[in-house]
Amino acid sequence: MSIALTPPATEKTALTSRNRRRRSPREIALAVLFVVPALAGVGTFVVFPLFQAIFLSTRGSDILGNPTRFVGLQHFQQLLTPQFGHILLQTAEFTAIVVVAGVVLPLALAAPISQPLKGMRVFRTLFSLPFAYSASTASVVWLLMLNPAMSPINWVLRLVGISAPGWTTDSNWAMVTVAGVTVWMVSGFNLLVLSAGLAGVDEDVLEASTIDGASGFRQFFSVTLPMISPSLFFAIVTTTLTALQSLGQVQVMTDGGPNGATSTLVYAIFDNAFHNNNSNFGLASAQGLVLLVVGVLIAVVQFGVIERRVHYR
Amino acid sequence: MSRATQPSKTSTTIIYVWLVVAAIVLLFPVLLTVVGGFLPSSDLLQQPPNLFGHFTLDSYLSAMRQTTVPLLPAFVNSLFVGVVMMVSQVVTSCLAAYSLVFMRNPIGKLLFWIFMATIMVPYEAIVVPNALFVRSLGIGDNRLALVLPFLAVGFGVFLMRQAFRQFPTELRQAAEIDGCGHLRFLFTILLPAVRPSLTALAVWSFLQGWNMYFWPLIIASGDNSLNTLQTAVFALKSNEFGDPAILLAGITITLVPTLLLVILGQRWLIRGFTAGAVK
Repeated sequence: MSIALTPPATEKTALTSRNRRRRSPREIALAVLFVVPALAGVGTFVVFPLFQAIFLSTRGSDILGNPTRFVGLQHFQQLLTPQFGHILLQTAEFTAIVVVAGVVLPLALAAPISQPLKGMRVFRTLFSLPFAYSASTASVVWLLMLNPAMSPINWVLRLVGISAPGWTTDSNWAMVTVAGVTVWMVSGFNLLVLSAGLAGVDEDVLEASTIDGASGFRQFFSVTLPMISPSLFFAIVTTTLTALQSLGQVQVMTDGGPNGATSTLVYAIFDNAFHNNNSNFGLASAQGLVLLVVGVLIAVVQFGVIERRVHYR
Repeated sequence: MSRATQPSKTSTTIIYVWLVVAAIVLLFPVLLTVVGGFLPSSDLLQQPPNLFGHFTLDSYLSAMRQTTVPLLPAFVNSLFVGVVMMVSQVVTSCLAAYSLVFMRNPIGKLLFWIFMATIMVPYEAIVVPNALFVRSLGIGDNRLALVLPFLAVGFGVFLMRQAFRQFPTELRQAAEIDGCGHLRFLFTILLPAVRPSLTALAVWSFLQGWNMYFWPLIIASGDNSLNTLQTAVFALKSNEFGDPAILLAGITITLVPTLLLVILGQRWLIRGFTAGAVK
């Protein structure tokens, strides 16, 4: 959740008020004073570390993790290996599952909840509850949900004659399981976002389309969906960022395993730098830079391509 | 919505059936969390778990009493992180946004784009240099290490700037003519006027702090006294996996503030964030 989509406020408003002000030194000093705390914060802990990450990515670490020798682009060469390709592919798979299911599922709940029926407010509050969970709490609860000794899911599956897979221990299933838990986690917030969007849909337009003979699904896909496209876009962007940056679920549920099957980009950063005192800060920094580039690329695509289709009123 | 689009009887039935089925599937983990901590493990360790067993407070007491992963200091740490991040981010964001919108700032535009650019940087990309830096400060055993990198955020500056810019110019000019200085204008007129955004930022910051996982995991490793509830739950899982009831009691303690926020505050939380997107 780190991007809010707000149409630019009128540029004129701010300008006129600014032009009327005197340009006294005291005024400028005060303006600087006000901006210093925030600037110092992001400067020290976001901008500066970014340059440091570039520096670290060209350095090898000694046993204690101190960056000592210059290794050139060696760490980046390690990023051209099949192992890292595997990590990227798994990150893409994870992100794709979470974004698609994490937006479609809440939409399939928000649409009926927006109907003028009794009890819908209760349903909305109930469905938003997973939003209260953090990565570690959701992971632990779901580990219990899937623990063979008590799993209600395995019990239901057995009733219908299916034997449950090793959710987190079978390498074919582990990724889907961790992604599924993430979908559960993000669906609460997305449901709230999409419900808010649906509440703002213009009643007159819906009525007009009903008179024109559109109904049910046709109406939903051709009228409602375009009208809530801003909230839909907001949900897609925030969910992409959340998925791309997920660590807790992977670390708590599978610890990257089995056999590296759930090792994503962020998990690889954690693993190389901090896990088991690995202290390979150079490689982790190089991977961090890849994460930054991937994030920026996705944002460019989402804002450049998809947002053009978003219909703002 | 008006009555004109009241769904038909058949679709009403389908809607209720779908929602009830989805609720059972999606909310069973919530039910398990909240009820599980009050049950003896023997009721939980069945397939499916028996959620209608004998209620007992034993698991809560053992969770609070157990010494390998003490929960009380972790609770204090989490509260510290959430509150400090909330206060600091609100203050720094409001001041910076005010400077950008209402003051003659010669490089205001450049500063704004710096703040915007920092929003794009995923925290995980810079976590390594930050960890090395904070460790090198020698405050590894101090709570300050848990919050230091998060005292200001670009997102907060952006959110408050958007809110400030919607404040009517005429009112600002009227205040100025009346001789209202910057600080008085900010505190007595502007901030009360943008309360929805302010609340949204405050709640968002608190949640970020309370739910933070990666950073405390790195910083607290090696020093148990810096555990937050989030990392404590993970440690509890490694230590007490045999006793799901204690684990669920610990998780419920962790969830109390966030559950309250989601149940009581969801409307203004969403309104504050999606003000522009949703209208």
